[in-house]
Amino acid sequence: MRVLPPLLRRKPAVAVLMCVPLFALILGLVAYPFFHALFLATLNKAETAFVGLDNFTFLFGRQTFWMVVRQSLLFALVAVVFKALIGLAAAHAINTIPTKGQRKWRGMMLIPWVIPPALSTLGWWWLFEPTYSAINWGLTKFAMPAVPWLSDTFWARFSIILVNVWVGAPFFLIMYLAALKSIPGELYEAAEMDGAGPWQKFFFITLPMIRNIIAITTLFSIIVTLANFDIVRVLTQGGPLNTTHLFATYAFRVGIESGDIPLGASVSLFMFPMLAILAFIILRNVRRRAASLA
Amino acid sequence: MADVTLQNLVKTFDTVEAVRGIDLSIPNNEFVVLVGPSGCGKSTVLRMIAGLEDVTGGDIRIGDERVNDVPPKDRNIAMVFQNYALYPHMTVAQNMSFGLRLRKVAKSEIRDKVQRAADILGIAELLDRRPRELSGGQRQRVAMGRAIVRDPEVFLFDEPLSNLDAKLRGQMRIEIQRLHQQLRTTTVYVTHDQVEAMTLADRVVVMNAGRIEQAGTPDEVYHRPRTRFVAGFMGSPAMNFLDCQITEENGRTVARLAAGPALPLPAEQAARARSYTGKKLVAGLRPENIREAAGHDGANSSGVPHDVSIDIVEPLGRETIVYFRLGDATLCARVGTEVHPSAGEQTSLVFHPDRLHLIDPETDLVL
Amino acid sequence: MTAIPFKTAPSLRSNRRWALIAAYACLGIFVVFFLFPPYYMLVTSLKTNAEIAELASNPWIVTDGVTLGHYEHLLTESSFPRFFLNTTIVTVIVVAITMVISVLAAYSLARLRFWGSGVLATGVFLTYLVPDTLLFIPLFKIVGWLGLLDTYWSLVLVYPTLTVPFCTWIMIGYFGSIPRELDEAALIDGANHMQMLLKVFIPVALPGLIAATIFAFTVAWANFLYPLAYIYSESEMVLTVGTVTTLIKGDVFHWGGLMAGALLAAAPPVILYAFLMDYYIAGLTSGATKG
Repeated sequence: MRVLPPLLRRKPAVAVLMCVPLFALILGLVAYPFFHALFLATLNKAETAFVGLDNFTFLFGRQTFWMVVRQSLLFALVAVVFKALIGLAAAHAINTIPTKGQRKWRGMMLIPWVIPPALSTLGWWWLFEPTYSAINWGLTKFAMPAVPWLSDTFWARFSIILVNVWVGAPFFLIMYLAALKSIPGELYEAAEMDGAGPWQKFFFITLPMIRNIIAITTLFSIIVTLANFDIVRVLTQGGPLNTTHLFATYAFRVGIESGDIPLGASVSLFMFPMLAILAFIILRNVRRRAASLA
Repeated sequence: MADVTLQNLVKTFDTVEAVRGIDLSIPNNEFVVLVGPSGCGKSTVLRMIAGLEDVTGGDIRIGDERVNDVPPKDRNIAMVFQNYALYPHMTVAQNMSFGLRLRKVAKSEIRDKVQRAADILGIAELLDRRPRELSGGQRQRVAMGRAIVRDPEVFLFDEPLSNLDAKLRGQMRIEIQRLHQQLRTTTVYVTHDQVEAMTLADRVVVMNAGRIEQAGTPDEVYHRPRTRFVAGFMGSPAMNFLDCQITEENGRTVARLAAGPALPLPAEQAARARSYTGKKLVAGLRPENIREAAGHDGANSSGVPHDVSIDIVEPLGRETIVYFRLGDATLCARVGTEVHPSAGEQTSLVFHPDRLHLIDPETDLVL
Repeated sequence: MTAIPFKTAPSLRSNRRWALIAAYACLGIFVVFFLFPPYYMLVTSLKTNAEIAELASNPWIVTDGVTLGHYEHLLTESSFPRFFLNTTIVTVIVVAITMVISVLAAYSLARLRFWGSGVLATGVFLTYLVPDTLLFIPLFKIVGWLGLLDTYWSLVLVYPTLTVPFCTWIMIGYFGSIPRELDEAALIDGANHMQMLLKVFIPVALPGLIAATIFAFTVAWANFLYPLAYIYSESEMVLTVGTVTTLIKGDVFHWGGLMAGALLAAAPPVILYAFLMDYYIAGLTSGATKG
């Protein structure tokens, strides 16, 4: 028999070694860029002089910026609410039909989530095309007025939310469906014995049982939606008159296209406090569940 | 083939002392069963022998070698786990041969060994299946096969039968016994099931709170428990414990049970109890030593009848368990099926003092 | 039915039937909503330019004969094959890097525990919540310093920041759910860390590995912001950006080609999804549910 140092004492070295690439990645390409962004945000456009908080005060003085803030929040909240509602309704509907057919329906409804959003948005863009809009063609067939989808501020905002809901609702659907499936059927049978109707079953069993998943999915989605870029970029590029810009598209416009990197970094960083708060809440939720599992 | 020696073995998890100084020497070929309630440290001892837990203090020797710092694979042991721990992605044959393959044993030799083990366990026709296609009993056999193939010096079993249903457990018990008779390998077997302990062991080691309460043959542990814990742990239904007082009556030493009969002690017991005259002791009496009065066999002659009120009756077919109250205590008796007591009924039961265990409540040791 | 023993019996059944009808109606509406854009893209891509330009006919069906001309043009006379190749190179390398980094780290974090491993696991989760749009500007500078601007290698560098945290996170979950007895059995069988990982953990957690791979593939294939910000030359472009920026130029009726390009570019993830739907869904749901 060979005598080796105790197994448990040998572990840390190997363990740390295995984490080195991950650690390097997080440190070099997430943590460092974050601090570099903070630094960039304090420079002038040419990146030659330190200007302190001037970039932020400049932004705060601009009406466009405040419009971006308002539009981002409005977009995220409205889109998430509709994604959540549609996702829940669709998940519930799938869960109601016989198990045999569920896979097929679920499979079809996930397709918007699978197509790269930049590409599917191209399809929507074509659907919204002023002259050839196929949706307007349908509307006029039913004697309704054609809609100026992307040229009117209200409709442009509406369209962006619509496309985002279309892309994102399947995610909610899948999360909710998984949650619904995890509810033991006996609970519903017991509730039926107790005389609960469909709505009562939904409100007194389904909702409380999937509350946690709803919370986490919603928080996740708020982050992703708030940080959205592809849809606005392809559909309106922020127009008409900057009324549909989100933080990300505005930062891109300012930082990359207009070449004012410090200002662009400042716009991006503006998302950070909101994301941090959301991340904190999610982390607490996930941790609590991890603890309750252990 | 090797003997296993544990010397003052200690294991501490953070601040919790799981094992508090175990001395045990297991001679070559012996089948030792560690038994005790959950949390008594029996699994920890086994896992330290296996090398899955670091030793906090003391020594483990396998053969002549101190193995405290030897990794599990080099200890020449094999282990059967509670949940079988079969690799789900490997076939039965691959599961059994994994250790040999890692050791780069020649292919033909592996094939022979797997085949031989499969024949011994009657799983030869399952060799190409995967674990999920097997029943619980078959998985159990494969787990044992994996251990056999390794041809180890020591077999370790960690509650291997606890996931099987009662009937299968009985079968596997017999199978393990047969296996041990065939292979004669030193075996350490952990269980909380005293039936397994009694039926499998050459020697039973009863553990409690990180210490060995008693080590002895099944017979010794059952009939001559050293401590109150062992007396209460072995046997089902458990031994009845009652306060009693030792008195001298008519020249005989008598144990007067609280709210119960006075039992004259047999000579041997009387000699040991005499110094406690006038003191309170705890009397332990197994359910089978409280019988129905109706019996006419000679054994009854030494018994003392006492009227009790029956509380609950559990007819088990072969025998009937009755629960009755004596003062504040609920006692249990095993009666034959000829009598049919019913709940609430007053009946006379006979207490047999010849198997009475007297326990000093201050030391919890049996006299 | 001659007698009705309980008055609730039929109502229960009809309740269920109505619930079912409502569910199917609901699903029908949703499926139309979710599938009409890709359907319309497909229809457009199969129409001739003349039909696309024509306003009178029903745009939702092909009336003037199906043509594969747009696809042909795309594959033979545009940079589209170049984009496809670039995307494939980037995606394959990113997936490989991601899986190596995250499997190693997840094994370590799930099983080996060392000082600070809990903090690192939390850090992984937080990194997963960082969206690409938060750091694309400082990363732009970094990519520039490394001389990777306007090459697709910039994407190979930055995509792992999006894929590794999630993949590590779900692999921690999958590895963590492997019973400890299995490691111990392998330990007794004589496996070292590498053998344990390669011969036990990876095969047992294969569904998780597949889910993570699909995720990394999808993210790397679909990202739009990074290539849009870092790549300008047509020869270095990937599908998302190439399709959106280069195919739009040209004559007015580029719609057929554009839709054909978008569909072809979206095909690999969609096909992958069609075959591995269950893994895909498992990966999606475990991100939030595996703690």
